[in-house]
Amino acid sequence: MRVPLSWLREYVDLPATETGRDVQAKLISAGLEVETVEHLGADLKGPLVVGQVLTIEELEGFKKPIRFCTVDVGQANGTGEPQEIVCGARNFSVGDKVVVVLPGATLPGGFSISARKTYGKVSHGMICSSDELGMGDDGTHGIIVLPPETEVGKDAIELLELVDEVLDIAVTANRGDCLSIRGVAREAAIAYGLPLRDPALLDVPGPNAFGYPVKVSDPAGCDRFTARTVTGLSPEARSPIWLRRRLQKVGMRPISLAVDVTNYVMMELGQPLHAYDRGQVQGTIGVRRAQEGEKIVTLDGVERKLHAEDLVITDDRGPIGLAGVMGGADTEIADHDDTENATTDVVIEAAHFDQVSIARTARRHKLSSEASRRFERGVDPQAASAAAQRTVDLLVLLAGGTAEAGVTEVIAPSAPHTVTVAADHPDKVAGVTYGRETVVRRLQEVGCDVYGQDELIVTVPSWRPDLTDPNDLAEEVIRLEGYENLPSTLPRPPAGRGLTGRQRLHRRIGRALAGAGYVEALNYPFVSEQVFDQFGLEADDPARRVVKLVNPLSDEEPALRTSLLPGLLATLRRNDGRGSHDLALFETGLVFQPRDAAKVAANLPVDRRPSPDDVAALNAALPDQPRHVAVVLAGAREQAGWWGKGRPADWADAVEAARTVAREAGAELGIRKGQYGPWHPGRCAELTVTVDGAERVVGHAGELHPRVLKTLGLPARACAMELDLDVLERVGDTVPQAPSISTFPVATQDVALVVDAYVPASDVEAALREGAGELLESIRLFDVYENAEQLGEGRKSLAYALRFRADDRTLTVDEASAAREAAVALAADRTGAVLRG
Amino acid sequence: MSAPNKSYDPVEVEALKPEEIERMRDEALAAFAAADSLDALQEAKVAHTGGTSPLALANREIGALPPHAKADAGKRVGQARGAVNKAFAARQAELEAERDARVLVEEAVDVTLPHDRVPAGARHPLTTLSERIEDIFVAMGYEVAEGPEVEAEWFNFDALNIGPDHPARGEADTFFVQGPEGADAGVVLRTHTSPVQIRSLLDRELPVYVICPGRVYRTDELDATHTPVFHQVELLAVDEGLTMADLKGTLDHMVQSLFGAEMKTRLRPNFFPFTEPSAEMDMLCYVCKGASVGNPDRPCRTCSSEGWIELGGCGMVNPRVLTACGVDPEKYSGFAFGFGIERMLMFRHNVEDMRDMVEGDVRFTRPFGMEI
Repeated sequence: MRVPLSWLREYVDLPATETGRDVQAKLISAGLEVETVEHLGADLKGPLVVGQVLTIEELEGFKKPIRFCTVDVGQANGTGEPQEIVCGARNFSVGDKVVVVLPGATLPGGFSISARKTYGKVSHGMICSSDELGMGDDGTHGIIVLPPETEVGKDAIELLELVDEVLDIAVTANRGDCLSIRGVAREAAIAYGLPLRDPALLDVPGPNAFGYPVKVSDPAGCDRFTARTVTGLSPEARSPIWLRRRLQKVGMRPISLAVDVTNYVMMELGQPLHAYDRGQVQGTIGVRRAQEGEKIVTLDGVERKLHAEDLVITDDRGPIGLAGVMGGADTEIADHDDTENATTDVVIEAAHFDQVSIARTARRHKLSSEASRRFERGVDPQAASAAAQRTVDLLVLLAGGTAEAGVTEVIAPSAPHTVTVAADHPDKVAGVTYGRETVVRRLQEVGCDVYGQDELIVTVPSWRPDLTDPNDLAEEVIRLEGYENLPSTLPRPPAGRGLTGRQRLHRRIGRALAGAGYVEALNYPFVSEQVFDQFGLEADDPARRVVKLVNPLSDEEPALRTSLLPGLLATLRRNDGRGSHDLALFETGLVFQPRDAAKVAANLPVDRRPSPDDVAALNAALPDQPRHVAVVLAGAREQAGWWGKGRPADWADAVEAARTVAREAGAELGIRKGQYGPWHPGRCAELTVTVDGAERVVGHAGELHPRVLKTLGLPARACAMELDLDVLERVGDTVPQAPSISTFPVATQDVALVVDAYVPASDVEAALREGAGELLESIRLFDVYENAEQLGEGRKSLAYALRFRADDRTLTVDEASAAREAAVALAADRTGAVLRG
Repeated sequence: MSAPNKSYDPVEVEALKPEEIERMRDEALAAFAAADSLDALQEAKVAHTGGTSPLALANREIGALPPHAKADAGKRVGQARGAVNKAFAARQAELEAERDARVLVEEAVDVTLPHDRVPAGARHPLTTLSERIEDIFVAMGYEVAEGPEVEAEWFNFDALNIGPDHPARGEADTFFVQGPEGADAGVVLRTHTSPVQIRSLLDRELPVYVICPGRVYRTDELDATHTPVFHQVELLAVDEGLTMADLKGTLDHMVQSLFGAEMKTRLRPNFFPFTEPSAEMDMLCYVCKGASVGNPDRPCRTCSSEGWIELGGCGMVNPRVLTACGVDPEKYSGFAFGFGIERMLMFRHNVEDMRDMVEGDVRFTRPFGMEI
């Protein structure tokens, strides 16, 4: 809402010295979000005067038509002689009154005016357009032609009210009343402790039987409809300058007198109005819900199919307006240019419509108007009669019309809204002792009627339909007493339990991976389903089942991720493209897996706590949202440098990242050869844990498939790992038990075993471990060796260091050797391992 | 090697003459002194104390002496050998010390060589800033609450007093999830972490003091100041007798913990469906502390010389919200606030473009390390 300070001052006697910034500060502290203060005409300097065009000479021979004019500016130029001015516009004639800027003046934008030679003549100033004066759009796109009665030589800065300050207020959804000068003036009056001259306090004749016939069939949708008629409007009458200027300052375009007047009154009082050309309305004006299939062409020229919930204004033919949103084209006030069909008689509608109904209609038809914006946020129903009266008065005054005696008022009976509130309730909400007297005074300032002692019965003013609950009243008191005066105290929460194990685990994993050189990325969860083909997933892969959005940002990515890898790999590619080639990235985040039987989340009531079953039903309509962790790697894992060669990132780094995560989770991670989706079939580890006795695959790690890398434009040999963190957390043992530490000496024995190349090292190690028995303290693979000549084709040698130790004695060489032999024997049995000679 | 002499041959042995023994001793001492390396010393040792050295040979002759001469000769040879061994040890210590000193010099390295073998990793600053804020409240006794990102509309809107006709529930602001066979699923990507407040009130015993961090979604296109996926921290306290002054104090404590002891917040009236009274919260500009206001000579980039930085929204929990969660608003009251982590990261760490936080460029994230 744009509020010119000059207009505001009409209703509140603000101190003359108060600037726009001062008023802004006051209103902000009272709760109005005054975003900017625009200083109109800040750099404007005269002389800017009214002139009358005396002669026009059309200059020939230029690319565009140019006029050389003489203009009478009275004594404003000091000589009284006609002013010679060259002008490129053509929308004026000899005798017109225009705005002339004389040499020595400065126009908005720092444009200095001096006599200058142009088109072969000397131009002593300019004839001005509204643009040049910074007035905003007046619909003419040319020279301002003033009303003929304007006095020549008069100062145009004052006449056109070019210097002003305009507050721009972002009105919150609950304060429809502040979408009017009246409402903002009321706030300003309270903020300054000054009286308000309420522009809605008008003498209004009571309703009678002679008014325009109106039938309201839906009193719930329209609880008030006032109709007034003005006849005999002069087709020549134009909106006066002051009215046009005020409309321009609040951001509206002057159109025609009747329309301008209704807009003006709406801005002044907040009541949307509509003026019908009475000659075009046929029969009784009605208010009802639309019938399915009905259509209307609205003022914007769009034909709209109506919905059965749309509230419409009708005449005998059918809908003639979308109630509270936009009028219809059929009954539109004629343009001034249309002299043949000039509107002379109008019916004024000042009605009050249901907030929700208007909001839905506006949204349904994607049609937000000044009227609908106000009705959605709440309009003062009691202002309707006054607004109609004000409109009638202005039309009579400015257009020479006659107010008909008939006054139609259809009013659905309603009781004033009251709220019962404890007198100390605001104190309790604020944590401040205001006292009953202050509470009552503040509520009265807002416009409430207040009765009662400890228990206040508060009748809220008609313009504040948002005040429905005790806390609403508390807010009024607290904001007027000043939020800035609230003390600062700290509550004493009960002792908390700190972070949960799960929360600590998530932090720990982040630190562990960052400590291992990985950089965290937080990617959008939006994916294209095409990525699953690129990943080479089977047609029935569960990861292909996705949650889809109704309104995705991009139609290319309508689904939510079931894996972190698409996003993480895109980030890898982006970094690579920007010149960072040695990359290790990680992400932890939710993935989204639809449940088998998709359900719809019901809309539960809000007047009570939902039952556990209701909550369970809501949760059942949501997808599973497990937290995953993933890493991707490319380029060098270890850099080359003065210390020696670097090392490229490889499948083993990806598997090690999985081990790192599992270690933090305290989970025992099974690692075996796997084959899945985007991974290289020969370099993919399947990661498992045991859940409730059953083995479960929780992820994969390894090098990515060369085809996938090529398709996605990723660097060669890029690697990846992804794990279901929630499962890992569930099986994790977070309370490690201390081992017993033997202080007896260690006995070390090495073995080299030759096995077939396809035998997993983990199988060999497991057999050795089991065979060695309790004396084995640790086992470590320290060499893998393949040499067809020495070992035979398809064979490999695995060299292990075994460390034996007993809790209670020093082991003899024989004991250690026996354990080692038992280990080798079991490995031979299980894996066909042969001791290398 | 000659066997011990049992014949008591009373022959005077040349090698056992006192002057001979002194000569052998002196030659050994001279040889040790002349040795200029541990190897040379070792050679001299073999030559002068080894099994075939003159002194060793002399020692062996003692047995052949008549008993009366044995003691005398033994004493002389013993003293000489003692002196030789001592001189050897001394010289050895000397040479070892020299060698050690030399080795340490030779082993010196250029300690300024870089060692970026495995470049450091880092956590995302949005993660660490969120944790930083969580920790402030955990220290006060709050607990961290989490919830799903794909959420039922009832949790995201209705229970928060955002009725079916509220404009925020349109497709212009909210991502909606497709239902089965095109039906309205009643499910959205949460537009704030407030549904976690509702879940907390349903799941936890009163009083409830929780902090709810997390990812939220709104249908904004990504640009320098907007992102459709962003992070919030919200706080909810519901207890008997909580006031707006408590809200103010809690906010003050937070900004003091994050930005310094002299910090404070400012509340401005506003409107949100889920709080009543509601307020917009600003914090004092931590850079200029307000000194840039009306002072064109000292403009402040961080607050655009406004003196205050807009943080987010807050207020007293609307009693209707409490009712929807089965909490008696006659007995309990609460306060809540919420703000975006991206915005705070921007002004706290001078991030100029929202996209930097989204794109995952390692050059952006690395400098933030493990904690901020």
